[in-house]
Amino acid sequence: METIVEKSLEDIFEEKIASEIRIEPKDWMPEKYRKTLVRQISQHAHSEIVGMLPEGNWITRAPSLKRKAILLAKVQDEAGHGLYLYSAAETLGTSRDQMFEDLLSGKAKYSSIFNYPTLSWADVGAIGWLVDGAAIMNQVPLCRTSYGPYARAMVRVCKEESFHQRQGFEIMMTLCNGSEEQKEMAQEAFNRWWWPTLMMFGPKDEESPNTEQSMRWKIKRFTNDELRQRFVDMMVPQAEFLGLTVPDKDLKWNEAKGGYDFGAIDWNEFWNVVKGNGPCNKDRLKARNKAQEEGAWVREAAMAYAEKAATREKKSA
Amino acid sequence: MMDHHTQPAHVLHELQFKTPLQEYSPEVRQLVFDYTLQLADTSLILSHRLAEWCGHGPILEQDMAMTNISLDLLGEARNLYQYAAELEGKGHTEDDLAYLRDAVAYKNPLLVEQPNGNFGDTVLRQFIFDTFHYFFLKELQNSTDHRLAAIAEKSLKEASYHIKWSSEWVIRLGDGTEESKKRMEAAIDELWTYSGELFEATPTEKALQELDIIPDYTSIKAEWDKHVAQVLQEATLALPQDQWMQSGGKYGRHSEHLGYILSDLQYLQRTYPGQKW
Ligand SMILES: [Fe+2]
Ligand SMILES: [Fe+2]
Repeated sequence: METIVEKSLEDIFEEKIASEIRIEPKDWMPEKYRKTLVRQISQHAHSEIVGMLPEGNWITRAPSLKRKAILLAKVQDEAGHGLYLYSAAETLGTSRDQMFEDLLSGKAKYSSIFNYPTLSWADVGAIGWLVDGAAIMNQVPLCRTSYGPYARAMVRVCKEESFHQRQGFEIMMTLCNGSEEQKEMAQEAFNRWWWPTLMMFGPKDEESPNTEQSMRWKIKRFTNDELRQRFVDMMVPQAEFLGLTVPDKDLKWNEAKGGYDFGAIDWNEFWNVVKGNGPCNKDRLKARNKAQEEGAWVREAAMAYAEKAATREKKSA
Repeated sequence: MMDHHTQPAHVLHELQFKTPLQEYSPEVRQLVFDYTLQLADTSLILSHRLAEWCGHGPILEQDMAMTNISLDLLGEARNLYQYAAELEGKGHTEDDLAYLRDAVAYKNPLLVEQPNGNFGDTVLRQFIFDTFHYFFLKELQNSTDHRLAAIAEKSLKEASYHIKWSSEWVIRLGDGTEESKKRMEAAIDELWTYSGELFEATPTEKALQELDIIPDYTSIKAEWDKHVAQVLQEATLALPQDQWMQSGGKYGRHSEHLGYILSDLQYLQRTYPGQKW
């Protein structure tokens, strides 16, 4: 009896997916669909939060008041993105506290790009231009993802991301039009960020076990390699416009495929950083854990006060 | 808690006030310049301190709230520096004024340069300042200096949110748990001594008060006392006894903390002089 009911629910679900009807929190969904989404959305939320750290590192040292204001607002946007995404994940029945715990214990992952250090002001430009650029490439298709709350969160996120990329490009452009030292600063940052940014799209398709199922469920709309190729094709002309040299001697326009061929990605480095051995993995987790531990008394006090206030209100009512 | 005030980056716009400069004698102009710079320094340094929290706050929503306040103060500082640069008339920009003056030239009161400490320390520092700032801006709106009045009017909207935020947190933490109460008491012990300087008029301020360009501090202090007493009472925290008040910042005699703030703030401008960013 039970299996029959399950099956018809699954049929309804599959029908919705096939006809591009969004799945909403109260709808029945396969457990694996739910799990995949919680993993993906929470990873995404964690990336926004951890991603505040490398750029936040430069807020106190931004070179002009205008840049300081823009950077501060940009990093704050990322906190907002984290909030939208945690809320979207919570509709699937996992609490923000639980997700936080998984991040802090190292169980949950976040985008490996944030395990690289920001060493110069040009890194702030490179992150906005490249990293936010790659994020947009990944995220625009997610505005049409099959799970409603995730798709709606992504619409809000994407609106802000284009501003992020623009401000990064503007920083790079100012540096590239500046002094010799500034141009060097820009090129040096570009050299360091180019390859890790290409890794942001995830492992090669044949090594990405979840892709196929996610595509079928329309959580993902394009494969990792498809998005990576699009990104390279978009960025190479921008780098040329800036007068920067792409740090890839194998980069070559391929007329037949209408896109660039590019050199081999160092997947050893990628997996090594995913495993926790990147230059900043430890620092990032330490910073998040510190904020969490030092904030414990604040959260407890806020809760205690809210309870007291509620009791007082009841008494006076 | 932050919704009504969230200011996404893409709507950040350049703040420019187009009021033409007023006719002032060179002496008065100098006074207004000095004072505008003092206000700008105050907002910038406090903004800088709050920005140090960005990404490290105890609660995501409060991380964003502190960044909002930081952004508001930075916007106010920029308006003031731009006005100061115009008054000075030497072709300097807001950045020249912020990035190329050394600690003794900074005229902010000592309170705003104090380290963030724990979240309770930051909340209390903010509460002392916000309460002053709010009642001060209310009066400054009536300044005979049109530009200062316009800047005050704009900043007051933001400051009314700031005073609400910090007052609520003083109450929440004071009347929260045993531990949070202890921490707030410690914060009061640490920071109260810097509250007096806010109301201590320097010769520049006195001269401008006589010219009706800036408000007298007596009534502002009375409003400050009243609000502070009310909030502390609700927070079940004791109102501190009269005590020795530290001052000197407005004269350029700072704590050792300011030098470190400026080394961060000014690092790129000092390392690569004269470049565009
Ligand atoms: Fe983001
Ligand atoms: Fe972003």
